[in-house]
Amino acid sequence: MTIALALEQLLNGIQLGVMLFLMAAGLTLIFGVMGLINLAHGSLYMVGAFACASVAAWTGSFWLGLIASLACAAAAGAIVELAVIRRLYDRDHLDQVLATFALILVFSEGTRWLFGDFPLYLDIPPLLQGIVNLPGDASYPVYRLAIIAVGALIALGLYLLIGKTRLGMRIRAGESDREMIGALGVDIRTLYTLVFALGSALAGLAGALVGALQSVQVGMGEPVLILAFVVIVIGGIGSIKGALYGALLVGVTDTLGRFLLPQLLALFVDPSQAGMIGGAMASMLIYVVMAVILAVKPRGLFPPAHA
Amino acid sequence: MLTRENTVNLVLALLLLVAPLAANAFGQPFYVTLATRIAILALAALGLNLALGLGGLVSFGHAAFFGIGGYAAGILSSHALSYEPMIFGLPGTVQMPVIWIVAVIASGLVALAIGAISLRTSGVYFIMITLAFAQMVYYFAISWPAYGGEDGLSIMVRNQFPGANTMKPLSFFLVCYLVLLAGIGLFALIRASRFGAALQAARQNETRVATVGIHPYRIRLTGFVISAMITALAGALYADLNRFVSPSMLSWHMSGELIVLIILGGTGRLFGPLAGAALYVAFEFALGGLTERWQFFLGLILLGVVLFARGGLLGLLAGKAKHG
Amino acid sequence: MKTMLAAATMALSLGASGLAMAEPLKIGMITTLSGGGAGLGVDTRDGFMLAIKQSGNKDITVVTEDDAQKPELAVQIADKMIQSDNVDVLTGIVWSNLLMAVVPGAVAQGKFYVSTNAAPAALAGQGCNKLYFNAAYQNDNLHEAMGEYANKTNKKMFILAPNYPAGKDSLTGFKRYYKGELAGEVYTKVGQTDYAAEIAQMRASGADGIFVFLPGGMGIAFMKQFAQSGVKIPVMGPGFSFSQDVLPAIGDAALGAKASGQWAPDFDTDVSKKFTADFQKEYNRLPSIYAVQAYDAAQLIVSAAGKASVKDADAFRNELLKADIQSPRGNFKFNTNQHPIQDIYLTEVVKKDGVLTNKTVEKIFTDHGDAYAKDCKI
Repeated sequence: MTIALALEQLLNGIQLGVMLFLMAAGLTLIFGVMGLINLAHGSLYMVGAFACASVAAWTGSFWLGLIASLACAAAAGAIVELAVIRRLYDRDHLDQVLATFALILVFSEGTRWLFGDFPLYLDIPPLLQGIVNLPGDASYPVYRLAIIAVGALIALGLYLLIGKTRLGMRIRAGESDREMIGALGVDIRTLYTLVFALGSALAGLAGALVGALQSVQVGMGEPVLILAFVVIVIGGIGSIKGALYGALLVGVTDTLGRFLLPQLLALFVDPSQAGMIGGAMASMLIYVVMAVILAVKPRGLFPPAHA
Repeated sequence: MLTRENTVNLVLALLLLVAPLAANAFGQPFYVTLATRIAILALAALGLNLALGLGGLVSFGHAAFFGIGGYAAGILSSHALSYEPMIFGLPGTVQMPVIWIVAVIASGLVALAIGAISLRTSGVYFIMITLAFAQMVYYFAISWPAYGGEDGLSIMVRNQFPGANTMKPLSFFLVCYLVLLAGIGLFALIRASRFGAALQAARQNETRVATVGIHPYRIRLTGFVISAMITALAGALYADLNRFVSPSMLSWHMSGELIVLIILGGTGRLFGPLAGAALYVAFEFALGGLTERWQFFLGLILLGVVLFARGGLLGLLAGKAKHG
Repeated sequence: MKTMLAAATMALSLGASGLAMAEPLKIGMITTLSGGGAGLGVDTRDGFMLAIKQSGNKDITVVTEDDAQKPELAVQIADKMIQSDNVDVLTGIVWSNLLMAVVPGAVAQGKFYVSTNAAPAALAGQGCNKLYFNAAYQNDNLHEAMGEYANKTNKKMFILAPNYPAGKDSLTGFKRYYKGELAGEVYTKVGQTDYAAEIAQMRASGADGIFVFLPGGMGIAFMKQFAQSGVKIPVMGPGFSFSQDVLPAIGDAALGAKASGQWAPDFDTDVSKKFTADFQKEYNRLPSIYAVQAYDAAQLIVSAAGKASVKDADAFRNELLKADIQSPRGNFKFNTNQHPIQDIYLTEVVKKDGVLTNKTVEKIFTDHGDAYAKDCKI
């Protein structure tokens, strides 16, 4: 195991973490402010990827596709919020789970209806192709570094938004006491739609960025959704800081686990068995970590300071 | 006492019995299979309803217990049919009662472990941690090569129940139907008991329950374990119905479906799971035969139910739940 | 002129054989028509229905239903088709785990199953059955072919597959023929989309070739990331990793990849050219290997139906065994375990008329059977 390999894997873990952060930030905001469990978040990730792929194919520009993904995901989020989600705020979590579960079905099959059965093509823009050389004889794709950079920028942007703007103030107040800010004259309904659209846009952005790296197909959001939930639970629901730390923890743990566990096991059993068992253990690792954290801190690492 | 709800319950129970009998008489064995599926899913959801409806514990990981029951049936049966002993030299078995006991004990132990940790959290955290544990079991089953991994395990010949020829659809249906009735009876008993009262009280007001000297944690853990055992029993039956068990029984989709069944029928209602299962299977069957876009329409229907038919089917038919 | 005559004769004979013995035959097709894996099911259905349509046999009906890639649904649909719809033959399942759920019950109820894709070892060896035919391959075949090819060109291979039975079979099949050194053997998570960690391992491993079995979305993700990573080791895989349904989504990242397959759209025979042209005309896209396999399965059933009644299981079975069809793949006959004996070729991904496709390079195996036939006791 060389320094180069270890460095590369670490960066991979950070990149995965950043992508999870984009998903988790939206999810935790929506839950923190509106108290809503949104299972359909993964579908918005998919919408963003499909929007980007279609627009990029149509116009030939990845950047236009990226803008389209933000716009479409935000729009889809806003429409869903107005049509469906709005009626669920007063309901218990159970109804929210069912309604958003139903939305997953509608989005998935609807997307397949619109875009067809086969995966779409989406590639990295020429500007971001290629690799950079890193210390220790390592090399790393430019695009992944770009994703890390985007994630860092978004994290900074969210920090400024939540901490330093009026909108952010209202969001924080909404997290603390929903009814009170309504009583104080803040237009809750618009605030909620805005927050939902913002969360959706972040998910759509994640989908587009990752879609260029992976595949754009129906159902692509579901594995990510589960991981995003794990992240916000580890980090503390409602906390953006928690989402960031949780995402990085999950990303790095998962990547390093997938890489190290089989090698560790190969010391004891033959490589093919080590590969299989190690792979299985690596899949379970994130959940074990989450269970351990929750056993020790039942409300996550950085739960927001209110009830 | 013949309240409106009791009437509806009776009608549902009778319908579920009469329809397959009629189908069998008319030479349509497939509908018997469909009814069996309804009965088994109803039992699975009934188990979850104990934790969720009575205890307020939204477990998003009950598929783990459903799958454990299924694998109990599959593993015991495959060892019996191949004459290879399992660990500790124990032989397999094809007798359903034995399989059921194993399924119930295995799931009870796992539920004890999972519940002990999960019940230290609450609300959305509880939902997520139960999901996490179910995912762990799921990935474990996929990578366990001995029992088929993702390909799953076939049960070549349906397991036997003393006194019945389980290969005949109607006989197997009757076995499942009777088990379902027993499960409903158990649910009703628990709900009316002191334990059930404490469980429901813990859902409504935890602090008060504690001040009376009852530990909410212990009550919930007991409720969680019993609920898991019922769902596992359904899982064992399900494996025998399909003559097949695979990790898909453990997926979070399955957990989600179980929750959907309860909400469709009416949360916390005695016959809610049965109504929900009947509705869901009927939709899936009818829509699946109509269009390949059936999941889209299923989603719309579910959405409609949540938004406009609060209280599920039983809420519609029998009015608001009577308390006490 | 000659090709036209040949094509016309074939069409006539197909039609004639369909009309000769007009026995009603009902086929139940269970395949994946929704969700992320729908591409394969749609190709299966389209290839199958093309052959049925071309047969002109009005006594064959096909009922199709979507299994949504769920084993319990597949079992339920199979039960319905057998008990309610009274089908005679079942077909269409794409995935091995769904196949394992359906086939034992179907053959136990006396129904034929002709597989259009899934071919697990369990049903090729000890679990084989007189009523179960496979028109595609045996799961290990395409991997074995690459293992054989790698012997000639590579000394140190890095191999990778998802951690599920088909994936494990894949690497087992590869290793059965590959005799060189292994630089790494990795099992990834099923449905995994980020291969950065594994690609980094490949870079560090010193391998001179990489073999990956990653069907569907997994393969798309891997190839794109691999192309971006700057790692210059040649990639190869079984046909599934670079099949026609995923090539457009992978894009140019797939160019140059070597694969194994029983067929490629550029086959020079009249049968193949006609099939490809007909498929393109009917569905406006190039057929994938899944479409060809389904097309052949349909042809097999049609040909048997023309000569025997499905109610006479032994006679129907004998006709199926004769494999009296013109496959776009060329040589096709059945082994003792009712799985194919066929030629397997090396293909390379190229761009033809702006469309990514597989080009035939050379033949790897002639009349290749499978490793499990000897365990089959039919």
